[in-house]
Amino acid sequence: MARVLMKGCEAIAEAAVRAGCRFFAGYPITPQNEIPEYLSRRLPEVGGIFVQGESEIASINMVYGAGQTGTRSLTSSSSTGVSLYSEGVSFCASARIPIVYVNVARGGPGIGAIQPSQQDYLQAAKASGNGGFQMLVFAPSTVQEAADMTYRAFDCADRDRNPVLILADGVIGTIMEPVELPPMKSEEEVAANKKSKRSWACVGHKLGREHRSWIEPGSFDTTNLQQRNEEAAKMYETWTPEWEAYQVDDAEVVLTGYGISARIAKAVVDELRLEGKKAGLIRPITVNPFPYEAYEHIDYSCCKGILDVEMAIPALMIHDVKAGVKERASIDTCLCSGGNIMRKKAVMDAAGKILER
Amino acid sequence: MERIYARTETLQQDKVSGFCPGCMHGTVIKLIGEVMEELEIVDKTVSVEGVGCCGLLMDYTDYDTTTAPHGRACAVATGLKRANPETIVYTYQGDGDLAAIGLGETMSAANRGENFTVIFVNNGIYGMTGGQLAPTTLVGMKAATAPKGRDPKEHGYPMHMCEILGQLKAPVYLERCSCNTPQNVIKTKKAIKKAFRNQIDGKGFSMVEIVTSCPTNWGMDPLGALDFLEEKMLVEFPLGVYRDRTKEV
Repeated sequence: MARVLMKGCEAIAEAAVRAGCRFFAGYPITPQNEIPEYLSRRLPEVGGIFVQGESEIASINMVYGAGQTGTRSLTSSSSTGVSLYSEGVSFCASARIPIVYVNVARGGPGIGAIQPSQQDYLQAAKASGNGGFQMLVFAPSTVQEAADMTYRAFDCADRDRNPVLILADGVIGTIMEPVELPPMKSEEEVAANKKSKRSWACVGHKLGREHRSWIEPGSFDTTNLQQRNEEAAKMYETWTPEWEAYQVDDAEVVLTGYGISARIAKAVVDELRLEGKKAGLIRPITVNPFPYEAYEHIDYSCCKGILDVEMAIPALMIHDVKAGVKERASIDTCLCSGGNIMRKKAVMDAAGKILER
Repeated sequence: MERIYARTETLQQDKVSGFCPGCMHGTVIKLIGEVMEELEIVDKTVSVEGVGCCGLLMDYTDYDTTTAPHGRACAVATGLKRANPETIVYTYQGDGDLAAIGLGETMSAANRGENFTVIFVNNGIYGMTGGQLAPTTLVGMKAATAPKGRDPKEHGYPMHMCEILGQLKAPVYLERCSCNTPQNVIKTKKAIKKAFRNQIDGKGFSMVEIVTSCPTNWGMDPLGALDFLEEKMLVEFPLGVYRDRTKEV
């Protein structure tokens, strides 16, 4: 398939359509407006539905409703808007409604800045709503990855009957890159997917316990609710963390970061290697589940230190990195925040200092 | 012998009502079920229950039912109906759910002319949480969070949802009913049937507001609550048709 030049947001939107997404609701917020704008044109072409919600709260609940019909459904927002998704996402998790949503993250806290940021790490990876539910969270570092992850996210959501989050950022959302789009699912495949959920979909059934669909995000029966939480916990255990290990085997400095920070860090690794300096990179691809195991592949006998690279102050992923490294090496940070994009030179300098040890 | 009345089969046959004495929820959900049967839409109807006593709907229905977060029933219904237009969707919401926390979703769904049915049960108080001030609580009426009674200087005035939604162009049908007398119960059933019929015919947004009593949280016995409803509630919330474009669309 030929590669096309696309903005990250548009590639995410097109990949969703190709995955069979036929419902989108969202509310405008920068820097993700290209997703709803693209889908307002594209979804009607394939018989899909686009709704501009009156708020993020309404939008996530429209997606919660559409997901209950078995229709592959998507919403997207950015940071402060994603905060408003919390209750709706928690309802999706509790009621086991598969949906996919995208956070094209911007500076924070609060309304913050419209520029890119990675300050939503803890919210995305640990607690996207009340009640301690977990989600698969994919963190793309290229437009290609953003498209591929979005495509795959719908399968994961359906398999687990659980929400899936694409944690992007303002760079990935707005940068233009060549991308090979995933194949378009046929209308027959889309219809078959929806039909496969008919037994639990809330679309009307015959009367009676053996037929009817009840979507219950809660229960007065605490034993029942505990059982459901136990089943969810078992499901979370089936997930396999994913990561990229790059030039790690003999590395004297191991850079670590996700998303756009990891991509910048990778360029630094290449540059250091050209200088004959032994640098490597560990990049979590899923930030939940977090790939703690990745840090077992570091040769701590020659590693002088770890450099945690994040567009967040204070560092947020560092808590997971510490749990992976287990005090076998010191961990330094290279950080920026509030909408500032990581500078390659800053990462070079910070990695250089570790190598001088 | 001809059977002229039977319990609606849309409700679980082994369930006994757990609603408080004098509560009208039981009557309303019975009427909805009867209408579903008469319109032959039982196997394609989905109810979206709100939060509060309306959230007890699922304890009784034997048909597809889903639960919205507090106030979001009209947004959830929008997703359900748009993604699967052949389903008949209705929301079942109280005054706190529809007119306070969910006012934005209610107004916006009505303004878009969403093709579903809203059943709005207005008893002027938060029931399940124990009698707190609602957007429809009458002036002077005491509530758990307004112990001296609703004071317009502090709390404003009761909100009239049929009149408010009547300011919008899109809604097709808005009627306020009550279930305080047999005659009004019959009128309420007719209104519910019309609101569902409009949806079946693809006409757009219909809402039936039903003024009801809450003896428990009003601090009255059921008969006293009926008197209060007639003498006070129906004066503040006059019954009648506030919008009917059914024949035009």
